[in-house]
Amino acid sequence: MSMVNNIQDTRRDQGNRNVSFKIRNFMINNCVTVLFLVICLAGVVISRLPLFFIANELLIRITRDSFLVLSLIIPVLAGMGLNFSITIGAMAAQISIIIVTHFSVPGIYGFVLCAILSVPLAILFGNLTGRLLNKTRGQEMIAGMIVGFFANGLYQFLFLFLVGSLIPMNNPELIIPGGVGIRNSIDLSRNNGIMYSLDNICKLPLFNVLLFVGIIATGFFMYKLLNKNNEKAKRINRIKQVTNLILSLAIVLLSLSITFISSLPNEIRMLKNLKLPIATSLAVGFLCLFNILIVRTKLGQDFRTVGNSQHIAEVSGINVDKVRVLAITISTVLAAWGQLIFLQNLGTLNTYGSHVQIATFSIAALLIGGASVSKATVGQALLGVILFHTLFIVSPNAGKNLFGEAQIGEFFRAFFAYGVIGVSLGLHAWRKRIEMKNKL
Amino acid sequence: MTETIKRFTNKFGLPRIIISLFFILLLVTAVIIDLSFSTLMSDILKRFGMYGVMVLAMVPSIQSGTGPNFALPIGIICGLVGSLLAIELGFTGGISFLVSILLSLPFSIIIGWIYGLLLNRIKGSEMLVATYMGFSIVSFMSILWILLPFKHPEMVWPIGRGLRVTIALDSTFGEILNKFWEFEIKGIKVPTGLLMFFFISCLVVFLFTRSKSGIAMKAAGDNPKFAISSGINVDKKRILGTILSTVLGGMGIIVYSQSYGFIQLYEGPLMMAFTAVAAILIGGASAKKAKIYHVILGTFLFQGLLAISLPVANQIITTGNLSEVLRAIVQNGIILYALTKVGGEE
Repeated sequence: MSMVNNIQDTRRDQGNRNVSFKIRNFMINNCVTVLFLVICLAGVVISRLPLFFIANELLIRITRDSFLVLSLIIPVLAGMGLNFSITIGAMAAQISIIIVTHFSVPGIYGFVLCAILSVPLAILFGNLTGRLLNKTRGQEMIAGMIVGFFANGLYQFLFLFLVGSLIPMNNPELIIPGGVGIRNSIDLSRNNGIMYSLDNICKLPLFNVLLFVGIIATGFFMYKLLNKNNEKAKRINRIKQVTNLILSLAIVLLSLSITFISSLPNEIRMLKNLKLPIATSLAVGFLCLFNILIVRTKLGQDFRTVGNSQHIAEVSGINVDKVRVLAITISTVLAAWGQLIFLQNLGTLNTYGSHVQIATFSIAALLIGGASVSKATVGQALLGVILFHTLFIVSPNAGKNLFGEAQIGEFFRAFFAYGVIGVSLGLHAWRKRIEMKNKL
Repeated sequence: MTETIKRFTNKFGLPRIIISLFFILLLVTAVIIDLSFSTLMSDILKRFGMYGVMVLAMVPSIQSGTGPNFALPIGIICGLVGSLLAIELGFTGGISFLVSILLSLPFSIIIGWIYGLLLNRIKGSEMLVATYMGFSIVSFMSILWILLPFKHPEMVWPIGRGLRVTIALDSTFGEILNKFWEFEIKGIKVPTGLLMFFFISCLVVFLFTRSKSGIAMKAAGDNPKFAISSGINVDKKRILGTILSTVLGGMGIIVYSQSYGFIQLYEGPLMMAFTAVAAILIGGASAKKAKIYHVILGTFLFQGLLAISLPVANQIITTGNLSEVLRAIVQNGIILYALTKVGGEE
């Protein structure tokens, strides 16, 4: 489901601008995405990994990570830039996982309990972070990043020194044999934890689902296209709708051929066995919908007004500080849930490491999808996740085949993740400066 | 009475008071739980000199108006390249230390210049972009450490490709400054060479800030508009500050490596900028203002705190690395505090 949305969105984006005079503009605006697409394709070819393996890994990672990346969007709307402090939401999730694991509530009950427990924690943390970010206006992103580091120190202090000494806890499965501190990694597999609790609720073959979604989408776009009432208003969107229609048809055809034609090469026929975790995909889908719909509410409008100009927002009677805190709080809660989805799929909680890199990687993914500090859409987030994770999957093998050293691929993707963030933020700052100069 | 305290707090800065008190508290605890005072003091002095030059690298960049140099890893990489080249070329002993610094200079100057040009394009977002520039440079160099054709048997892996993760400096410039004119007072080892090098560097930077060009640089950082109207090329001064900072960063890592006895490659330099930034902020600098005594005081307090907290923590709590956790909290807390003071200016 998420994949469908995503491909549609990107293609729609492309179709939208596919008028020839806009192509140059498009290339400039999406140079990061295009460059990344090229690198990913090259990586896929060089790595010589089987298609099924890549598709399977990708599917797992898309359902695992999209929620986290999508949690970044609301603060962008509110003009606070990319929320580097989603690490804190992840910490809230991990705290609740440890509590739930301690009381050994397994499976989906445990997962739901984690989701409920993490909300008050995330609201508290998000609120505090938001207040702090209000004091560092103009530097929210770097402050958010440092807040993440700082909170990590407190988190370590809590779980390494307070648990077992000040906070009584006596669980040999969680505590280091010395009696103080939580173990380095906690097993969340089936009988004592939440591993796969959400993923395994219902799993259906990917292409059957795609077929179903594709047919619905085709019908929907057909209806929209033939609907004469608003033809005039929608004429501008004609190209967009036709592309959408063609795209959904293509998905239907693709799914049909993979599901039913048995004379395909083995490599492609294998794809039939891909299984999509429905519950997780639905969760991601709901978040996409939430992000799209919130713009139409009063609150969403407030976010956008504050994002456009804090001064104007203030004048028109919006409590800017409050709105900003709210944006960060929502983002933190969503990040906590995202981390829960991430960890239930991973199956082990790395107590002191699971949360450390998520902000960097999620932000890199979002930026690769073509988002910027001031504009991010659901489609960009999903496209970014796909591209970023393709590189993740193929880079070790590509590095090995090119240089005879898998380590190079690992370093390369770290370099790229950091580099993309650095360059995108740099370009954004540069543009902002030029705009300011033009105004003067 | 409260008025005096308030004035004192404002002048000295609340975080500095807290950290100083904590430092003293730790010292007292160390004495009470009967740790060897002389070993502790030797350790503090060693770490003080070891990190000093890297912290000093923050001064020109803050003074020239680009804020604390979060891209310190760029300078560090230049220093590493210099020292690797010196080892590769077969220099040993004291000479290799000097050659390392000399060889790092062209790299630092050219890369600092390019980096300065970049910083001029992104005024206002220097800190964040610089952080990620530093990170990506470290990852990029990690690739190069594997691919570069270094041959010296002490640096490359015996099997496989690439440079080692840590390179021992026993035969080259390991502890060369620390041992230079080293003497003991009541068991406290004083690494004279190391401290002298640090103080001389401080003096040089201090003299530079008093020179014509240094004053112009400071003016460009303090008030760009005023600087422009008095005929100073602000962008050029910012580049100058960045180059100086990069050069000092390169020298800093060489001093650090010789004191540590090892060169750390790959992920080693990733987080070093934060420690250095925190140190100068603890010393009382802000993102807009920095003086040499901030460097000296800050490095002494922060590194002293870390040097004592480790053995003290080991005595009180045996599991886990409390010192590391403490470092994370103090370091990032102080950077956050400084950021709240920058905020509000667009």
